Amino acid sequence: MITCLGDALYPRVGVAAVQVLRDLGVAVDFPAGQTCCGQPAYNSGFRDSACSTARAFLRAFAGSENVVSISGSCAAMVRDGFPDLFAGEAEEADAKALAARTYEFSEFLVDVLGVEELPVARRGTATLHHSCHARRLLGVVEQPERLLGMIAGLEYVPLPGAEQCCGFGGTFAVKMPHISTAMVDEKVDHILATGAELVVGLDASCLMNIEGRLRRRGSRLEVRHLAEVLAAGWRR
Amino acid sequence: MSVETRRAFDERVERALGDPALQRVLAEGQDYVQELTAPARAEPDWPAALDEIARVRLATLAHLDRYVDEFATNVERAGGHVFFAADAGEARRHVAGLARERGVKLVVKSKSMVTEEIGLNPALEAEGVEVVETDLGEFIVQMAHERPFHILKPAIHMPLERVRKLFSADAGRDLGDDAHALTGYARGVLREKFFAADMGITGGNFGVAATGSVVLVTNEGNGRMTTTLPRTHVVVMGVERLVPTFPDLEAILKVLPRAGVGLRATAYVTAITGPRRSGEADGPEELHVVLVDNGRSRILGGKYHEVLSCIRCGACLDICPVFRKIGGHAYGAVYSGPIGAVLSPLLDGLECHPELPFASSLCGACSEVCSARIPLAAMLRELREDYVAEVEAAPAWRLGFQAYDAAARRPWVWAAGEALALPFARLASAFVAAAGSRLPAPGVLGAWTRSRDLPGAERSSFRALWRRWGRR
Repeated sequence: MITCLGDALYPRVGVAAVQVLRDLGVAVDFPAGQTCCGQPAYNSGFRDSACSTARAFLRAFAGSENVVSISGSCAAMVRDGFPDLFAGEAEEADAKALAARTYEFSEFLVDVLGVEELPVARRGTATLHHSCHARRLLGVVEQPERLLGMIAGLEYVPLPGAEQCCGFGGTFAVKMPHISTAMVDEKVDHILATGAELVVGLDASCLMNIEGRLRRRGSRLEVRHLAEVLAAGWRR
Repeated sequence: MSVETRRAFDERVERALGDPALQRVLAEGQDYVQELTAPARAEPDWPAALDEIARVRLATLAHLDRYVDEFATNVERAGGHVFFAADAGEARRHVAGLARERGVKLVVKSKSMVTEEIGLNPALEAEGVEVVETDLGEFIVQMAHERPFHILKPAIHMPLERVRKLFSADAGRDLGDDAHALTGYARGVLREKFFAADMGITGGNFGVAATGSVVLVTNEGNGRMTTTLPRTHVVVMGVERLVPTFPDLEAILKVLPRAGVGLRATAYVTAITGPRRSGEADGPEELHVVLVDNGRSRILGGKYHEVLSCIRCGACLDICPVFRKIGGHAYGAVYSGPIGAVLSPLLDGLECHPELPFASSLCGACSEVCSARIPLAAMLRELREDYVAEVEAAPAWRLGFQAYDAAARRPWVWAAGEALALPFARLASAFVAAAGSRLPAPGVLGAWTRSRDLPGAERSSFRALWRRWGRR
C-alpha cells in the first residue's frame, strides 16, 4: 500500500520500501487499482465519500496475501476505520479480512518477517518521530526503534516528548493552521534539541509537516522515512 | 461553520498562542502533571482499574432510571430532598428559590463544574445573594471574573504574580509573592465567610444509589466546611453521576486522584447521607440534592452514550496537545479539552460549538489516557459526521471530497491527474520555498504555506515508476 500521498509526492519512499521488502525475500506487487484509503474524507465527516473511496480500495487489495503500508496512519484506517465504515454493509467481512492482513512497514518487518538483524549501515545520529496512529491505533512503538538499532554505525537518540502529536492531523493542518503550527513548532524544537543529524518517521504525512516547518525555519536537517534509511544503507 | 463563531474561536486561539507566559505555563503544567501521574499509570493494576471503572459506569448507565429512583428514595429516607431539573434554567430557578425562601444572604460554594454549566452564580447574584467560591483555584478565578480554565485545576493558568495582584487589590495592601502567605490570606477571608454563610453549595462527585449518599472528593478541606457549617446544604450534580453501591466506588476512588494529580489518595473523601440527625454534633439542618439532566438523557443510549461514563479526572486535558497550545478558555465552553470538545456540543448543541469537533488532530492521546475508557477521539470524528450531516456541509469541502473520490475510484483518472498536477506541484514547491510566508496563497494552500514549505515533488508518481521499474 503506497498511499495517495506516497504515490503523488513521495515515490522515493515507496521505491525504498519495495527494495527493502525484496531484499528480505518478499514478493512485492503494487495493485494498480489502489489510490487512497478514504481517510481524509472519513476524518472530515464526509462518510459517503470516504465509503466510496474505501470500497475501491477494498477491491484493489482483494487478492493480496498481506498488505504492507508505508504509512501507519493509512494502515490504521484500514485496521480501525474500515470495520466501522463497512459495519452492517455487504463488504463487512471483506473489510475485516483486509484489516487482519494489513500491516505498517516496520511492524511487518519485525512482527511478521521476524527480522532480527539487517545488513544496513549508516553513520551518524538519528531520532525517531513515532506517528500517533502507528503508536496508538496499531501499537507500533518498539518495532521502528528496534530496526534503527539494527543499523550499524547509527546512534539512536530518543526524541523528547516522543508521544506528542506533530500537529498534522490531516485536514486539521489546514482547518486549524495556527494550532497545527504551534504544535509542529514544539515538535521541531524537540527534534533540534536532540542534536541528531536525521529524523526518521513512519508516515510521509507527519514528515511532510515536520520537514515543511523545519525548512521554513531555515533548517536543512535530513528528514527520512524509515524505509528510505534502510534502503539507502543496505549493503548489497 | 458560522463565520462569527469561527472568528471568535480563532481570536481566542490567537490570544492564547500569542501569550508567551500562558504558553510556558501550559507546557510546564502538562509536563509536571505527566511527571506526577506517570508512576500511577505504570502500576501493574492500572489497566484493570480502568476496565473496572468503565464496567461500573456502563453498568450504571444501562439502568440509570432505576438507580436514579433508588438514589432519590434513599436521599429522602435519610431526610434529604431531591429535585430533578430537566434543564439549566430549572436547576437555577430551583436553587435560587431555595435561597430566596430562606432569606439567604451569603452562599459558600465548593468546586462544582455543574454549577458552572447551569450558570448558577449569576442567578444567585441576581437575587442579591453574595456567592463565594471556597476552592482556592475557584476563589482565584472568581476574583479575576474568569471561567475555570481546567475542570480539575481551575486556576492552573494563573502565574503567581497575577494571584498576588488580585489578592493584594482585594486586601488593599501588597501581600508579597510568597505562595503560602497568599494562601494564608485566602484562608483568612474564607474562614469568615464559612461562619457567616447561610447556605453551602457543592457538586457531587458521585451519588451512591443503595444508601442515598453523596460522595465528595476534595483536597483542601473547604468541602467539609461548606457541607457542615451553613444551615442549608445544596448538592448540584449531573444526573449520570451515580454508582449502585459503595464497593462500586473502589476503582474510581483509587484512580481519580492518581489520574488527576498523581496522588495515591485525596485528603478528603466525604460521604453525606442526609442532613444532621438528632444527637449529631454537626451538619446542616437541611439537605437538598438537585439532579441536573440538561441534555444528559438525550445522550443516554445513543452513539455517544459512553461519554456519560466520565469521572472528571481531567487526564485528557493534561495530555491533549491541542489543550497544551490553546488552554481551557479558547474552547469557549464550560468543559474544555477533549472531554469538553465532545461533551459541550452534545449538551449545548453542535451549532453552539461548531469548531470543537474539528479542534483536534485526532492523535488519540485522550482515548488512550481516559480513566473510563471513553473513545474520545473516535467520538470527535463521529461528531464531524454529525456536523456535516446536520449543521453544515461546507460546499468547497463537500465538492472537493466528491471530486477526490471520483478520481480515487478510477485509477486512470487519478494517474492522469497526477501527471498533470506534478509539474505544478514542483513549481509551487520551489516558489513557496523561495517566497516563504511573504506571498499569501489562498485557501487550504495558504493555510499550509503561511508557516510551512511544501514537499519537493518528484518527476514521476510512484505508479508511473512502478510501470517502468517495479514490475518483475
